Amino acid sequence: MDAKGLTYLFVGLSFALYIGIAFWARAKSTNDFYVAGKGVHPVANGMATAADWMSAASFISMAGLIAFLGRDGSVYLMGWTGGYVLLALLLAPYLRKFGQYTVPDFIGTRYYSNAARLVAVICLIFVSFTYVAGQMRGVGIVFSRFLEVDIDLGVVIGMVIVFFYAVMGGMKGITYTQVAQYCVMIFAYLVPAIFISILITGNPVPQLGFGDTLVNSSTYLLDKLDQVTTDLGFNAYTENTKSNIDIFCITAALMFGTAGLPHVIVRFFTVPKVSDARKSAGYALVFIALLYTTAPAVAAFARINFVDSIQDIKYSVAPNWFKNWENIGLIAWQDKNKDGKIQYSAGNALEGVRPSYSDTRGKSGERLLDNKPNSTNSNEVYIDRDIMVLANPEIAKLPGWVIALVAAGGLAAALSTAAGLLLVISSSISHDLLKKTFMPKITEREELLYARIAAGFAILIAGLFGIYPPAFVAQVVAFAFGLAASTIFPALLMGIFSKRLNKEGAIAGMLSGLIFTASYIVYFKFIYTSLNNSEHWFIGISPEGIGFVGMLVNFLIALTVSYFTAKPPEEINLMVENIRRP
Amino acid sequence: MKNKNSNQEYWRANLKIVTALLLVWFIASFGFGILWSETLDQIQMGGFKLGFWFAQQGSIYVFVILIFIYIFLMNRLDKKYFESNDED
Repeated sequence: MDAKGLTYLFVGLSFALYIGIAFWARAKSTNDFYVAGKGVHPVANGMATAADWMSAASFISMAGLIAFLGRDGSVYLMGWTGGYVLLALLLAPYLRKFGQYTVPDFIGTRYYSNAARLVAVICLIFVSFTYVAGQMRGVGIVFSRFLEVDIDLGVVIGMVIVFFYAVMGGMKGITYTQVAQYCVMIFAYLVPAIFISILITGNPVPQLGFGDTLVNSSTYLLDKLDQVTTDLGFNAYTENTKSNIDIFCITAALMFGTAGLPHVIVRFFTVPKVSDARKSAGYALVFIALLYTTAPAVAAFARINFVDSIQDIKYSVAPNWFKNWENIGLIAWQDKNKDGKIQYSAGNALEGVRPSYSDTRGKSGERLLDNKPNSTNSNEVYIDRDIMVLANPEIAKLPGWVIALVAAGGLAAALSTAAGLLLVISSSISHDLLKKTFMPKITEREELLYARIAAGFAILIAGLFGIYPPAFVAQVVAFAFGLAASTIFPALLMGIFSKRLNKEGAIAGMLSGLIFTASYIVYFKFIYTSLNNSEHWFIGISPEGIGFVGMLVNFLIALTVSYFTAKPPEEINLMVENIRRP
Repeated sequence: MKNKNSNQEYWRANLKIVTALLLVWFIASFGFGILWSETLDQIQMGGFKLGFWFAQQGSIYVFVILIFIYIFLMNRLDKKYFESNDED
């Protein structure tokens, strides 16, 4: 069977598995639908949390990003794992003890205010939809490249699958499909990584091969990579280019943002006991670390392989993957010096950065572009960083079944995260907006029905984002983490660790964190994009890292306002004491 | 009243554990991985410069170990203060 047939087979089998699990784990009550009946084993919950957390961005984009950023890419590695320490030590056990269904539920109850609950719902919906948009694009890329169906059709297929198990099974269905998806995803990530590690360094453990010498040579991989990148005019791979303060703030914003993401937090509501919430945070990080320690190795291998396989190669004999990705518009080549060979080096190859293809083919058979060549450098290659993980097995000439596996893994990563996000959106609507705020009289049956309707609608909107991807998806990722760090995380943390914080303080804190962070990001990312550089930033902090400052603003305002206003009522005092006991 | 005191003691012990572990968390990531990483780079560990290794590998291993130490210490603390920690 060829690679395409195998891909159909693997993807089909994995989808059949997810649907089978959905049938088996139907939700019968709101307790099932929101928190899987609180009966999930900590190891299973750890896997589900890992799948929920590791999105299309982690699986598909992250290693590619690191491959091109080099050491600067460390912010994602530390930022997206370090948050779990905060979750385990500061939030998960207490929120589990609280025992309700959603994150706004905690904020609304702890701060005895439906206004606080509403602010939390707004932050949650914004953060979650931002995130979902990225997942659907991931689904589209995988479908169009590996199954050669239309991107739109790919998104619709993805929507139908998610609809099926999220609407029917709620949290229960999602949890057990995520366990399966984790297994598919991690297998699909590790297999090519191990193969490539053996090919390049002879060491079967990618985490060690990363620091090993190249096959038949005494040169270390990373030294070779430093040399290759500097030769091509880039910064050395293992050197930072960003300032320390910016790296510090981006890492912090990603860490605190991770700890404030509702779809991750809510996973800890599903285990039976407080001690299980701690345990499942530990298992979750083990499962996540398996991928996250492999990713930088994959990134280094990919960068070396990528350069090796195209540099100074005639386009007419260039590898197939190069032409395949060119055909779907994620690679472009412009023969600046007319020698028919591919030359790759530092700098944007094209004026206007993104390629705009004309309908004609050039002398060597390449897709011609309407862009003017960028004459300030000699780089001839445009490459979308998102393709590195997907293209890696082909670049390394691995067999067809590995490529098929990676396609199934990418889909598992995107679908599992999308489902988790859709669930928190639907439960915040049916539970927090309807049941707890506007329609307190509805019965459990009706609430469950509304939860399913809300999930259905959320899937439709997410699908539209996938079919008509908003151009700003990349920019809004900074938004999701920045807002989670500057609004949700501080409100949760102070709700547990301070008895003094009252409703006025919490609302003022969340709003000031929200306004500060949002206006900084909008200012640099949407309005004055030309000023978006370190000269104009606030003490050298980029919009990606500003959520950390927003968090400090939130703490400061919330504590000050609380100090000057009335203490919270006695029953809140008792509630806080209660959640502090295991 | 005895119950109330033991609750407070439990909470204080809990805060001590959390503070100590977060200190390590901060040093391994923000310290070794960012602030002092260029100094650590002068130490070579196999093919890795040590600061680079902490930024892309080491900090993650430390995170995992920290959570398991926390689980162990908290389970012990729970046992000391509450005979049965089974509660919904």
